[in-house]
Amino acid sequence: MTTTMKPTESGTAFLTTTVSESADKIFTLEQRDEEQRWIQESSATFIQREVLPLTEAIDHQEPGVLPKLVKKAGEQGLLMIDVPEEYGGAELGLLTSSLVGSELREASFSVAFGAHTTIGTLPIVFYGNEEQKQKYLPKLASGEWIAAYALTEPGVGSDAMGLTTHAKLSEDGKYYILNGTKQWISNAGFADVMIAFARIGNEKPSAFIVEAHWPGVSTGAEERKMGIKGSSTRQVYFEDTKVPVENLLGEIHKGYKIAFNILNIGRLKLGAGTVGGARAALGMAAAYTTERKAFGKFISEFGMIQKKLARVAAETYAAESEVFRTAANIENARRSAGNDTEGAFKAIEEYAIEASLAKVHGSEVLAMAVDEGVQIFGGYGFMQEYPIEKAYRDARIQRIFEGTNEINRLVASGTLFRRVLKGKLPLMSLYPAIESRVRSGQPLNNAGESIPAELRDAVNALERAKDVTIYSAMKFALKYMQALENEEEFIEYLANLLIDLYAVDSALARATQAVRRGDENSGTHVKLAQLATWLAFTRLRSNLDQMIMTNSAEGDVQAELQFVRSYVGDYLLNGVALQRELAAVVVEKQGYPL
Amino acid sequence: MKIYVCVKQIPDPNTVVSKLDPNTKRLVRSGVSLVLDPGDESTISAAIKLRDTVGNSEVVAVSMGPASAQEAMRRALAMGVDRAILVTDPALAGSDALGTARVLAAILQKESPDLVFCSTESTDGYTGMVPGGIAEFLNLPQLTFAREINVEGAKAIIKRVTLTGYQTVECPLPAVVTIASGSFEAIYPTMKGIMSAKKKPFTQLTLADLAIDPSQVGEAGAREHVATIGKAEARAAGQIIKDDGNSAQAIADFLQRYQLL
Repeated sequence: MTTTMKPTESGTAFLTTTVSESADKIFTLEQRDEEQRWIQESSATFIQREVLPLTEAIDHQEPGVLPKLVKKAGEQGLLMIDVPEEYGGAELGLLTSSLVGSELREASFSVAFGAHTTIGTLPIVFYGNEEQKQKYLPKLASGEWIAAYALTEPGVGSDAMGLTTHAKLSEDGKYYILNGTKQWISNAGFADVMIAFARIGNEKPSAFIVEAHWPGVSTGAEERKMGIKGSSTRQVYFEDTKVPVENLLGEIHKGYKIAFNILNIGRLKLGAGTVGGARAALGMAAAYTTERKAFGKFISEFGMIQKKLARVAAETYAAESEVFRTAANIENARRSAGNDTEGAFKAIEEYAIEASLAKVHGSEVLAMAVDEGVQIFGGYGFMQEYPIEKAYRDARIQRIFEGTNEINRLVASGTLFRRVLKGKLPLMSLYPAIESRVRSGQPLNNAGESIPAELRDAVNALERAKDVTIYSAMKFALKYMQALENEEEFIEYLANLLIDLYAVDSALARATQAVRRGDENSGTHVKLAQLATWLAFTRLRSNLDQMIMTNSAEGDVQAELQFVRSYVGDYLLNGVALQRELAAVVVEKQGYPL
Repeated sequence: MKIYVCVKQIPDPNTVVSKLDPNTKRLVRSGVSLVLDPGDESTISAAIKLRDTVGNSEVVAVSMGPASAQEAMRRALAMGVDRAILVTDPALAGSDALGTARVLAAILQKESPDLVFCSTESTDGYTGMVPGGIAEFLNLPQLTFAREINVEGAKAIIKRVTLTGYQTVECPLPAVVTIASGSFEAIYPTMKGIMSAKKKPFTQLTLADLAIDPSQVGEAGAREHVATIGKAEARAAGQIIKDDGNSAQAIADFLQRYQLL
């Protein structure tokens, strides 16, 4: 299947390209084709009709309910999206599967689905040899078999190099003998096949395809969790598990590469899921505001409630814009790589920063959406009868798995500096011009005719924020050089800046597209993008302030703050009026307004 | 068995506020998002259900409409219809119910159906006259307001919705059956359905293919003319029953008066 997409942006382009330049290049949800829209809608209906009525049963882990639903999704074709056609798949790609991922509103189902389709199946899609693909992919694409991904261990989370599970070649050379314990393995209770990581000797980890029914594979009891209670989470024990040598996945001692690359996709998909979760939470809250009265008025009429609705909508808009922009970029790059596995690797890796930013931002927006959702429901939000209570508990894990948000912040900033050092990201060469602009207090502010008038201030504010981010990041990075990794707080500030820059850049580019296209909802796009910018701008300034105050040489603090604050300036907007207008749209639509 | 479903693409009733053009006095269909009539989705579902019960049968969607109606036909195919036939011709613009029935009947004539399913009425124009027209052109019996359809031997047996319940009505095949709205939950297209729709037969015809004289259809052949359009009368205010301890009885009395209880 071929989908025409706009030209690819290179990784991290958002930092060095203006919205004027990127607005035509990026993919936005509004560019979905008919097939993508229908498949997305179909998955939403599947959830509505087949999954949500079973929420209770899923949450209580009634035996068989969840795996049956995963298999049912398989019957409908939803598990085959990322699998190549020759192995029983639909080969529709990451963008389509992310669109579907954004509709899986029941979090336990979503975890089971994601563990199977993304981290469970994709390692074989990308790294399996012909025999492995033929043997496993048709079963995984149809849902006949369910997959799991066994990386984490009791003492080792995101630090894949520190795994202790080991694999030893048998004397006859036919098997690897696996021993070790894996922890928090989603789908462990019913998975038929697992992608397991173990070290051969003292080398870096290798990956193996392990069938769960083999002797020496067993699982522990179900973990009792705060949220996503319906998903199966267990320890997996390998005790002298004989894995045929032909089940080594990818190159020996290079399984860690598989782990990292699959995690990049996992992060992006998680971002898509959180966007869907935020839309759903907003839907619940918005509907409630027109049911509940206080002091004789519907609570939708109160300013503080309106503020919550509008802010969740705007932040969700930004997260949604960045998630699908990234999905299309990765998909497009991967398609250009064709059947070249190494090329596919590179294509995914190219957008590692964006995948991490989408994961962190998406999960934090979801956290805000469910938190404000509970607050809007008041006491009822605290009661288990209301689904927002479950949404609140289910959301918490999103900031933890697929690499904690702290790990992902390290990934984003760390990758950025690695790219600068390798000369892949031209911040070094851009720095002198930016430094002189910042120091002379002369921003370009050149958002011109190509940007809709109502977005020009926001775009100029964003571009100034990009300038000072590059300015500060480079300045302090040069100062710390090799010792940079000891400066986690600095790295976090930078990551926070990147998160807001990418989100706002994506939102403004999408709204610009909507206006240029004459979209019937362009007014709402503009409002959402304006508010997202306004909210992010306060955080951007605060992060910059703190970064400068804590990293500048003692005598320079005042002067540096002065330069940066006056350069970055303001994004003047009557945020309250805007929030009220947006809230009215959210209330009218009973949820996310697009 | 060959089951045909007559379908129509209409402005999306879920997102589009219907507007009438004061000059042409017709519904504005341009510049709005168009969908397969949700009523037709339910009718298609009835046909698919029957096909799967009877076995060895096919469901064919037929429609008359502009090129944009291809999307509605693909939707029908994605829902599980086996093939689709669409008649598109510039001369068809402005067709009235009679003209539409004439064109649909011409397609069906060539196909020799066992059953022709139609929604009772479309969700945009609501004339409800096309099914009767088709039955007349094809000289077939028409069963109306079906909420359940069974086939036994060469007979169609339906449960026909009435104000108070239903009647069981039967007639020999072939027949035209109109489906009462809301009687069948619409099947939703699954991903596999959406993918396989692309490979299903989709025939596009013109008036010439059907040997229809253009003067009999479209604006030229329309005998039905909208004389005036006006605003609907505002509804009378509802009755509020205050709960003084007897409200349950009062509500029951009210519902009984309208034979709703």
